[in-house]
Amino acid sequence: MSTSLKINGKTHDVDLPEDVPLLWVLRDEIGLTGTKYGCGVAACGACTVHIGETAVRSCQVALGDVWDDVTTIEGLGTPETMAVIQAAWVENQVAQCGYCQSGQIMQAAALLTENDSPSDEDIDLAMQGNLCRCGTYPRIRAAIHTASAKMKEV
Amino acid sequence: MSRIGKIARRSFLIGSVAIVGGVAFGAYKINQPAPNPLKPESGQTALNPFILIDAQGVTLIAPRAEMGQGVHTTWAALIAEELDVALEDVRVLHGPAGKAYYNSAMLGEALPGKGYDTSAFLHSVGGALGRIGRLVDLQLTGGSSSMKDGFVRMRETGAAARETLKQAAATRLGLSRDELKTENGIVIAPDGSRFTYSELAEDAAGITPPDVTLRDPSEWRYLGKSTPRIDVVGKSTGTAQFGIDTRLPGMKFAALRANPRLGGGMKGFDASAAETMPGVEKVVDLGDAVAVVAKNTWLAQQALDMVEIDWEDAPYPPETDQLFDAIARSFDEKPNSAMRDDGDAETLPDGANELTAEYRVPYLAHATMEPMNATALHDGIALDVWCGNQDPIFQQKKCAELAGIEQENVRIHTTLMGGGFGRRAELDFASYATLLATQMKGTPVQLTWSREEDMRHDFYRPGAIGRFRGAVKDGRAVLLDGQIAAQSVMGQSLKRYAGISPMGPDKVHVEGAFNQPYGIPNYRIRGYLTDLAVPVGSWRSVGNSHNAFFHETFIDELAHAAGRDPLDFRIELAQGVHAPSVGCLEAVREMSGWTGKTPDGVGRGVAFTYSFGTPVAEVIEVVDEDGTIRIRKAWIACDVGTALDPSIIKAQMESGLIYGLSAACFGEITFAGGEVEQFNFPDYDALRLHNTPEIETRILETNPYLGGVGEPGTPPSMPALGNALFDLTGKRARSLPLSKEFDLLA
Repeated sequence: MSTSLKINGKTHDVDLPEDVPLLWVLRDEIGLTGTKYGCGVAACGACTVHIGETAVRSCQVALGDVWDDVTTIEGLGTPETMAVIQAAWVENQVAQCGYCQSGQIMQAAALLTENDSPSDEDIDLAMQGNLCRCGTYPRIRAAIHTASAKMKEV
Repeated sequence: MSRIGKIARRSFLIGSVAIVGGVAFGAYKINQPAPNPLKPESGQTALNPFILIDAQGVTLIAPRAEMGQGVHTTWAALIAEELDVALEDVRVLHGPAGKAYYNSAMLGEALPGKGYDTSAFLHSVGGALGRIGRLVDLQLTGGSSSMKDGFVRMRETGAAARETLKQAAATRLGLSRDELKTENGIVIAPDGSRFTYSELAEDAAGITPPDVTLRDPSEWRYLGKSTPRIDVVGKSTGTAQFGIDTRLPGMKFAALRANPRLGGGMKGFDASAAETMPGVEKVVDLGDAVAVVAKNTWLAQQALDMVEIDWEDAPYPPETDQLFDAIARSFDEKPNSAMRDDGDAETLPDGANELTAEYRVPYLAHATMEPMNATALHDGIALDVWCGNQDPIFQQKKCAELAGIEQENVRIHTTLMGGGFGRRAELDFASYATLLATQMKGTPVQLTWSREEDMRHDFYRPGAIGRFRGAVKDGRAVLLDGQIAAQSVMGQSLKRYAGISPMGPDKVHVEGAFNQPYGIPNYRIRGYLTDLAVPVGSWRSVGNSHNAFFHETFIDELAHAAGRDPLDFRIELAQGVHAPSVGCLEAVREMSGWTGKTPDGVGRGVAFTYSFGTPVAEVIEVVDEDGTIRIRKAWIACDVGTALDPSIIKAQMESGLIYGLSAACFGEITFAGGEVEQFNFPDYDALRLHNTPEIETRILETNPYLGGVGEPGTPPSMPALGNALFDLTGKRARSLPLSKEFDLLA
């Protein structure tokens, strides 16, 4: 049976069992490898994508349960036309190994959609599910503040 | 496929492509370069093993692998500085396996000296010894050595290429090379005529490079400044390609299960239930492991859970306590080393106050964010392997051996690494992918470790015990006698990587203890090696990662026994021994406003470690918030000699500190029934954004030699935190992780 998904504005028909997590549909079937596998148990946030405007761990959402359009890091912006938050990540030189950053950015983007002026406490609360083994946290915090300021300028 | 992939593939398929290249440049004339491994296609010119020029511009073939430490950016800056190209125009690719890419700095570190006391003469001997790296295929990223390795070599390479390009233009114009200038990838003649490097490259490749003089640092445009990382846009847009992102036409996905009793064999397995599951292609016997190949990774993982496997027992005592008993028993054996033995450590000085302490630290996993993986394709003759790795020649040799083919028929494609920390120097991921690909000839297959498989099949930082005895008199340390017992990382890993069984004193085992710049008149450090088969490997800062905790906690205990301020006490110990170390301690005192006194509910600790050529002092502040302890602030001062890129150095120092604090707070690998008890991040957590302290870093540049930056931030973080907790609670932390004894904010 085929499942129809709208990802980054494009419709994909996927022929897979309905219990396959969205993460693996994105990575291994559709070839959107920007979303990362880190733990498979919603403990690291590397696989974070948006379903509608909500940040979700795509390793925990079964293909059959996807309830709205999906946005991945590739749909947020491209190297040529980065989203404000991605530009803030670049400006603050956040990434080290970079593996967790897709998930960090998707989580932060959802935070800013909900709250365009997050305090440090708001950031702590929203971002603590996203693990970074390189320890880029200080720059992640700075980048969220940068993006917040930029979004208010517009 | 990457361009280098295309180059390698084409050169294999066609045999010898008509090329220009392989020219020895200035820096190589003396050192007799290893053969240039680059085989450019037509339209491309390899000016040397590091610089490839084609119509699109300049590409740096980076011999050191990018795992987040920023090496590609700074190596590109080293080349661009002399080659006169804009940094943003330099593309960087990982090089193939090639002897020309040996690490010239790493072997120099193997000299028996302490490092901080190295004379200029010994330093040059170290450099000469480093060239042996080429002989043992040391194309290795590790030991915080990349800048020491590339600082002169890459600038000379860039300068030699520049002068050769100028010569090519000079010959065309009938002018002298001195009359020409270079700017942003263009050679400019006195009459204003311009030639791009791309159009000169083929001519230049035929010219023997002249000797060059490097530019004075005062003329630097990129070095010494914070430059945008060349990988940062890709890593902010999901377009950076890691090993796990390799996608090839017709590729299958596989999951691996190896014996959780590490190193034990496999008696047999029953895959009948798995084979009929949806999407499953086949179940493959890899000798001591099973792989399931499927349509996607998740289906492979699900099916693997249905394979019933009969494992052999572990080749080591199966319980954690038994392992530590074995480690403790090593103290009864003859020491492997006494790399420091100053004065008389046997006798307690007259009138001195003696104290002893025993410290224990657990086994630790690397837990890189990107789980281990490799992708392989065996086409019947040759093998291609794609993986993030720290040592492509070792990988290539091992894969060739396992596939039963010649080494030159194995092409290692090094990708970006989603974290390394020492884990990706191991050969297991490429090995299992090779074994799998040889049973699936013609089909590319990606083999990915689940997080659980990764956590439970690491090459762990060894558990270790430190026994320290010391004495203070009149406010000063007069004796420090330390003994360290653990499995030997070098003993195991050199055997795995290169089949070498090292003999003699194991320096890495005692680093961070024997080589600290403290003037203590009676000062001895002895190492004891424990023979156990638990897989152990290099974990960010290696021996320093346990020894700094032992040594710097004990120094703190001595300071308190002497009734002294622990920061003053250290400064006094380092004074007259190593000025850059004193400078770091003075710097954190000033930055943190250290007074030696803290209000109720606040604790501060200091620690210092000299490692990988860089002294680092750290102060940590903890605060009691209604019974929960939060790490509130950290101050770091390091002296790297020359700060090639301050933003990257700062990031590495912070990263090192957070990695160390994560382990100090929560990290522990334990064994039951021979199996690792931790499966995933909920069992092996790390600091996260909300419990990471605010960090201030100062970079000093008085060190006469270039120091490393990837690892030195880690060692002092653990004792600094323990010392801060002592200041806060009066309870001395002598074992890790600290969350077992203290209520830390999780």
